[in-house]
Amino acid sequence: MSDPKIEGYTFKPGFKGMAQDTGSDQTMFKGVHWGKAMMWIFLLSDTFIFSCFLISYMKGRGSTLIDWPNPSEVFGLHVFGVDVPLLLIAIMTFVLITSSGTMALAVKYGYEKNKKMCGWLILFTALGGLTFVGMQAFEWSKLIHEGVRPWSNPFGAPQFGSFFFMITGFHGTHVSIGVIFLFIYAYKTFKGHYDEGKRGWFTTIKGDYVEIEILGLYWHFVDLVWVFIFAFFYLW
Amino acid sequence: MSEDLNNNKTIQAQSSETISGGGSGISPDIDYVRPAEIPEQDLYHGHSFITKWVFCQDAKVIGIQYFLLATFTGIIGLILSWLMRLQLGFPGLAGFMTAEHYYQFVTMHGMIMVVYFLTALFLGGFGNYLIPLMVGARDMVFPYLNMVSFWSFFVAVGVLLASFFVPGGPTGAGWTLYPPQTILEGTPGHGMGILLMCISLILFVAGFTMGGLNYLITVLQARTRGMTLMRMPLTVWGIFTATVLAMLAFPALLVGALMMTLDNILGTSFFMPTILKAGEVLEYGGGSPILFQHLFWFFGHPEVYIVALPAFGIISDLISVHSRKNIFGYRMMVWAIVGIGALSFFVWAHHMYVSGMNPWFGFFFATTTLIIAVPTAMKVYNWILTLWRGNIRMNVVMLWCLGFIVTFVNGGITGIFLGNVTVDVPLSDTYFVIAHFHMVMGIAPLMVIMGAVYHWFPLVSGKFLDEKLGKWHFWLTFLGAYSIYFPMHYLGFIGVPRRYFEMYDSPYMTSAVGMNEFISLAAFIVGAAQFILIYNIVKTLKIGKPAGHNPWKANSLEWLTPTVPPEHGNWGERLPVVHRWPYDFSVPGVKEDFVTQTTAPSEIAGSKVEKT
Repeated sequence: MSDPKIEGYTFKPGFKGMAQDTGSDQTMFKGVHWGKAMMWIFLLSDTFIFSCFLISYMKGRGSTLIDWPNPSEVFGLHVFGVDVPLLLIAIMTFVLITSSGTMALAVKYGYEKNKKMCGWLILFTALGGLTFVGMQAFEWSKLIHEGVRPWSNPFGAPQFGSFFFMITGFHGTHVSIGVIFLFIYAYKTFKGHYDEGKRGWFTTIKGDYVEIEILGLYWHFVDLVWVFIFAFFYLW
Repeated sequence: MSEDLNNNKTIQAQSSETISGGGSGISPDIDYVRPAEIPEQDLYHGHSFITKWVFCQDAKVIGIQYFLLATFTGIIGLILSWLMRLQLGFPGLAGFMTAEHYYQFVTMHGMIMVVYFLTALFLGGFGNYLIPLMVGARDMVFPYLNMVSFWSFFVAVGVLLASFFVPGGPTGAGWTLYPPQTILEGTPGHGMGILLMCISLILFVAGFTMGGLNYLITVLQARTRGMTLMRMPLTVWGIFTATVLAMLAFPALLVGALMMTLDNILGTSFFMPTILKAGEVLEYGGGSPILFQHLFWFFGHPEVYIVALPAFGIISDLISVHSRKNIFGYRMMVWAIVGIGALSFFVWAHHMYVSGMNPWFGFFFATTTLIIAVPTAMKVYNWILTLWRGNIRMNVVMLWCLGFIVTFVNGGITGIFLGNVTVDVPLSDTYFVIAHFHMVMGIAPLMVIMGAVYHWFPLVSGKFLDEKLGKWHFWLTFLGAYSIYFPMHYLGFIGVPRRYFEMYDSPYMTSAVGMNEFISLAAFIVGAAQFILIYNIVKTLKIGKPAGHNPWKANSLEWLTPTVPPEHGNWGERLPVVHRWPYDFSVPGVKEDFVTQTTAPSEIAGSKVEKT
């Protein structure tokens, strides 16, 4: 990453550079788009939301008197006559992480103004997200079919169902919102809105390829959160 | 005095190194300011009544909208407090008042005043109006998001007030909403009331997040040329730091409210332990009520500083302007604000001393709590040192400032009592606590709001508020508020418990009866006195004295707009260029006693002004 060119301003490396940027006028993060800075701060706030969820989950799981169900049994799949633990989750995680890769490529092609590749990669990311949400719906329906409810659970502590549905539901909502925006952005990319700087439908802000990177930040964050949920729910 | 300084050649104009960016060395031109690095902001100008005044994207109009709606909600909170005092002072006088009603009024009064009045007013109201003006931006960076923020707040207030009209009425669980009793039968509003409260809080947090992102990015990324972070008025520092706190603290409230909602409507047991009711075991079981307390107070304590930090910032500016002196220890003030903000995340369990915890845990939280007193005391000393030998204008604004210092010190000292576990345990849940937090985060921030209204009204409307009415308003409020809360300390010492509907014939509390009557009468008067301000505003808007440009002779940018009141876009053709901090008052050798932030060093060549 090279520093942006700013008239009358010389960047310094390391801690001194950080101090100089902080002490300078106009902007603290030189050359950083407003929307991008906003997304970072939003994600910091969102991190606190998920942290509160996961800490509550740890507290709930730690203090329950009834045994917590064994995740490799509850989340196992029975395929071709064999019980495979965590099979579905492995596929879900793989799909979601792959979609992060395609998103990163979309950002790259966006900055190269390669409208076609960028659009297809965003579309591919959206489909990855959609597949993930679909598989999550399948997992939910499987668990509900087996009798797990937010308020009760045949395999052990009722809090298992409560926390599982609440936290994966909240994460799934994040993914779904991301998917909706990915479809919109794919449409806008193919239509060339970012090339011509067409104004947004609601915000009346001029379109720019940086928007794809901003959405990308959100998408990577959602993936990162999934890694934590995966570790805390399925591996613990 | 100034003669001495003129002869003293050691004070010289400093180099422009601090602002000329990195490494380019000392510019020969002392007025040099780096060229703009951000392009002109693209603004959407409203062209009809709806886009100009209703769904408006101008931060100043949004600020006024926030201010009016928060004030409206605050008046409802005020009326609720009247009803509570009516019951406490004269039990049985209001026939309709049952214990259930009393609990509902207590709950709604607390939640409205803390979240929907003070938070919305300081951050939504003053933040929106002042941040872009004070940092020299044309508007908030995301005007559309800003508009959605206000309308989310609007819906949140609507949902909150709707809970008065649902079956069972609003929740009566106390503003802390502690489970399990919040959602159990027997607590007023245990069904719909608490549901609407949680939904309203979630909407408020969502709306606030949109506004908060705006404030933060505007301060960080949209300052005008020459405006460094250390040249921002302390008002901006206070609101900025409070917003950071809010962005990190509100998530805990959101999560708590969401889990409470699920416990309420789905029958999950996040917070619900096994409960026996009339010999029968309820469906709930296995949850932790203490978990909610941790989530709530992880939000709740920073919330105190979300209200207090903007107040600290605003009061610093008001004191400086009206005593014609630079704020004493500007950098210390900034670091104190940041330090208090950071510490506020490590003290939350001091609200839970009586919930039962490991003694070492209490020890830790008592220590962190007392450490906060250090930066806070630094700020109080600095305000007093700013006043010391100042050219004090004893106008209404200054009266509110002095009132703030007194009430804040008073509330702060009782805070040191309550921060210690051993002192807190016997005082907990008594009127001493009520007296403490009303003094420190009720009356003190309110004094700042009032001072700020009298100070900035000439900017918002172009007219001075009436001084005479203002003095009546101040003295009635200040003396009245003391009459309300000072006796409450005594009530706390004799053990009058808070949240009780009536004392009945408690023999050891006979001395509380007369005092309760006195407090109630004072509360009615103070409440009524607030309507003097409303009358004053209406009267001023009709026949007020025009204020013109920069009536207080202040330095900060909001007073330097080409038009008063400022128009959309704030600055006309060209953005202002900043050369100094906003506190150059009474500078030796300068003819006027103020040097505005936009004054270039060469314009006052003869003086010994440092280019800060």
